[in-house]
Amino acid sequence: MMKEVLIPAALQSYTRASRVAAEGDSLDAMFADLEQRYPGLRFRVVDERGLLRPNMRIFVNGVGVRELRHALKPDDAVAIVLALSGG
Amino acid sequence: MRRTAAPTSRSSSSSSSSSSERKAATRLVLLVATRKGAWLFHSDARRKAWTADGPHFLGHTISHLQLDPRDGRTLLAAAKTGHLGPTIFRSSNLGRSWKEAQQPPAFAQPSGGLPGRAVDHVFWLTPGHASEPGSWYAGTSPQGLFRSQDGGVSWAPLPAVNDNPQLREWMGSVQDGTPDGPKLHSVIVDPRDAQHLYFAMSGGGVHESRDGGASWSTLIQGLEVVEGFDPGTVTFHDPHCVRLCPGMPDRLYQQNHCGIYRMDRPGNTSASPAGDVWQRIGRKMPKRVGDIGFPMVVHPRDADTAWVFPMDGTTVWPRTSPAGRPAAYVTRNAGKSWQRLDQGLPESQAWWTVKRQAMTVDALATPALYLGTTSGELWMGKDEGASWTNIARHLPEIYAVEAAELA
Repeated sequence: MMKEVLIPAALQSYTRASRVAAEGDSLDAMFADLEQRYPGLRFRVVDERGLLRPNMRIFVNGVGVRELRHALKPDDAVAIVLALSGG
Repeated sequence: MRRTAAPTSRSSSSSSSSSSERKAATRLVLLVATRKGAWLFHSDARRKAWTADGPHFLGHTISHLQLDPRDGRTLLAAAKTGHLGPTIFRSSNLGRSWKEAQQPPAFAQPSGGLPGRAVDHVFWLTPGHASEPGSWYAGTSPQGLFRSQDGGVSWAPLPAVNDNPQLREWMGSVQDGTPDGPKLHSVIVDPRDAQHLYFAMSGGGVHESRDGGASWSTLIQGLEVVEGFDPGTVTFHDPHCVRLCPGMPDRLYQQNHCGIYRMDRPGNTSASPAGDVWQRIGRKMPKRVGDIGFPMVVHPRDADTAWVFPMDGTTVWPRTSPAGRPAAYVTRNAGKSWQRLDQGLPESQAWWTVKRQAMTVDALATPALYLGTTSGELWMGKDEGASWTNIARHLPEIYAVEAAELA
């Protein structure tokens, strides 16, 4: 089942939208699906070791998650968020 | 600066054109990479007026912006943001539009039990040999070397560097490196031989390959290290910037954490020639100024001429212009003596830092120098640095400045 993913402004050059639909029964699978739809997006968020980049946050139903093996249920709401850092 | 291929129209009309017309026809561009975006400054051979084009990628950290000298119009930009991972953007129309690399530099999973690494940022871009259109090299932080053979669209790691246990040991850790991460820089392609490559690491020494990057040997003989450390240990060596002389490719100059050096190696082709010894030519710099800094600039044709921009390396390593009085220094005799070049630069209370990629030279008949400061000022030193004028102020922290002629 498709789930809605909230996309931060910094990644909307890939999606052209703040909310997109993606499939996957884990965050890993969801990012693989996002990469298919929006080539280049995944590597800006997930490094070559499969780890979430340091200043990126993922929230599933409002709860922060860093482990990309985290399982997703069909109706989960996922938000990709920029950490409050930088400048 | 690399001179790009001259268009047919320019070469065919040169015999009938006046000198001023030729100067107006030459299109010069400065490629300025900053912590918050990139700018292009356009001029002609007179270099009297500059037109700013930018910002490109506002808010992105651009470590390096380079023009492909083989076509005179393709730009590559090494980019990341405070949050997003590293990538490379490519433009084939001088920045009117940009397209992201399909496969940016990324480390492969290493073999032999070495820990995996992630590229934090691409730091250095070098166009490949003139005989290999579309080839590029990228140096990264943490230290890695990557090659593209399709104009920067896709990048592949060089395992003989990135997964070499000895080189990995010499690379040290993030704690050993420069403040924003240890870097592989100064990637050099010998203009006579596409297989002959150099790179340097901060920290981790200077290295050379004669087989296109399949194997590497180390060039640290003669280099000094911080007092109390063993100069035989490669990891203690911190080359800041290495340049090859286009007019004499067997001559290298180096600005190091521990001084200014030159190496002449005519005829040396074996893996570890005993004659390959760096000479500390910075000993001839004025003692009150010292021979510490980041950039190293070589003349496009005269191998005896090179420039540095000294910074205070005493006590806690302020890395600012000594005594708050910025100046370039030039040697005209391969380092036997140095002359100060400060006409037009601030005379006091100017505590500049100029990073290793932020000073360069054009290749016109009488070259001009260019430098960018971490305080966002862009300056030109006309007549080989004899007279300095400001081009721009109030830019973000400048990381790199390149000069190129457009096709």
